[in-house]
Amino acid sequence: MFAFTYHRPSSVRRAAALVASAEDGKLLAGGQTLLPTLKLRLAAPGDLVDLGAVPDLSGISLAGRTLTIGAMTRHAEVAASPVVRAALPALADLAAVIGDPQVRNRGTLGGSVANNDPSADYPAACLGLGATIITNQRRIEADDFFLGLFETALEPGEIITRIAFPAVKKAAYVKFRHPASRFAMVGVFAAKRTSDIRVAVTGASQNGVFRWQEAEQALRRRFAGKTLDGMSPPADDMVSDIHGSGEYRAHLVGVIARRAVEAAADA
Amino acid sequence: MPIVTMTVNGRTASADIDPRTLLVQFLRENLMLTGTHVGCDTSQCGACTVHLDGDAVKSCTVLALQAEGCAVTTIEGLGAPGLLHPMQEAFREHHGLQCGFCTPGMIMAAVDIVHRHGNELSETLIRHELDGNICRCTGYHNIVKAVAEGARAMAPAMGAGGTGSTGLRTAAE
Ligand SMILES: Cc1cc2nc3c(=O)[nH]c(=O)nc-3n(C[C@H](O)[C@H](O)[C@H](O)COP(=O)(O)OP(=O)(O)OC[C@H]3O[C@@H](n4cnc5c(N)ncnc54)[C@H](O)[C@@H]3O)c2cc1C
Ligand code: FES
Ligand code: FES
Repeated sequence: MFAFTYHRPSSVRRAAALVASAEDGKLLAGGQTLLPTLKLRLAAPGDLVDLGAVPDLSGISLAGRTLTIGAMTRHAEVAASPVVRAALPALADLAAVIGDPQVRNRGTLGGSVANNDPSADYPAACLGLGATIITNQRRIEADDFFLGLFETALEPGEIITRIAFPAVKKAAYVKFRHPASRFAMVGVFAAKRTSDIRVAVTGASQNGVFRWQEAEQALRRRFAGKTLDGMSPPADDMVSDIHGSGEYRAHLVGVIARRAVEAAADA
Repeated sequence: MPIVTMTVNGRTASADIDPRTLLVQFLRENLMLTGTHVGCDTSQCGACTVHLDGDAVKSCTVLALQAEGCAVTTIEGLGAPGLLHPMQEAFREHHGLQCGFCTPGMIMAAVDIVHRHGNELSETLIRHELDGNICRCTGYHNIVKAVAEGARAMAPAMGAGGTGSTGLRTAAE
């Protein structure tokens, strides 16, 4: 790691001021992505602003049909929350398959969404449910938030404070995990909302998480796994690497999407 | 340099450290608690697992400064020579190790599994929950047996001699 100055503010306002005044400041949440990155010297922030001591950034609450989860809420808390389990079981299932138990005890919702790793799980839930990402400055719809590999709509120093998810019953997440990295080779979040149907895919595309609109369109006729028989997204858009070719991933998206829709339809 | 203060195995520990100091470095190099191992240093292997405010974490992926004010338990805080924790005893009894390098992390992870899932653990659950711990020697079979047995032994003991929820027992039992 390169040397940095460490800050531990106790309010979001103070944290924002610290990142803003630093020449190259970075927020630190669970550190499960950032610390490995710093160790590899792939980033060299001059100042680290730890959100760990900011109260009110973590917690889970349900108001009407909206489930709001604080940015610093750890994956393990979401996975084990009876509120999430009752209101949005698909999200609890998703949190339970992120990484491994130790990673889930540190990693946070906000960190995962801000990082927008193309194989991360939470971005699929945000996009698949049409969540709203709430920052210290504004509210951003998931459809406008994820802009590509590790790219988001966040401005430098902007802090995610919480995320609001609509509590959709007919929803499911199915993940085909990479056995070594534990990230998604393909993960599909399918949801049938009152207003629309959403199918969000992570892990597969060269542009990161995306909505598979062709599938959404087809599912409008009938929301069932069978509807997607024989369908897969264009292989050219998919990642092709030592773990699998673009054709393989495209096929896998079709298979995993069918399973996700089946699970959502039965939910 | 900043000063960090935390409780480690029940004792207050404080030091003036470089902000880059990882929790595992602080434990091993400042406090000389070398039971916690560094296997990969890339957040993969779990050899560095300790409990931070009661939860299993990879101490190579936590800054010491992030543990400010927290309670840390390492393998040294679990049992004592001649007074092994039931999970340690189960690893010995079932030969849940060969070189022993992964063992401290395995045991800390195993105790965390018991805290979350109770004393009766299925083989499938144990294998699934040990996802964050890699062993390059044993093939896991005896580790899984040891965790199941250790979990049972941690159940609040019936009758005299049991020390209840901490799962600690005297070596004489
Ligand atoms: C072994 C291992 C396996 C993993 N497996 C998976 C997996 O299967 N699926 C998966 O999705 N992830 C996986 N992860 C990643 C894990 O979920 C991370 O915890 C997560 O991606 C980042 O969250 P964090 O809280 O650790 O953030 P940090 O590492 O602290 O920060 C990540 C980035 O987000 C920024 N940031 C953090 N919080 C905020 C905020 N509130 N507002 C704005 N910016 C913020 C930081 O500045 C940084 O750039 C794995 C990690 C490891 C080490
Ligand atoms: S040394 Fe920490 S996970 Fe391997
Ligand atoms: S016993 Fe050698 S690594 Fe597990």
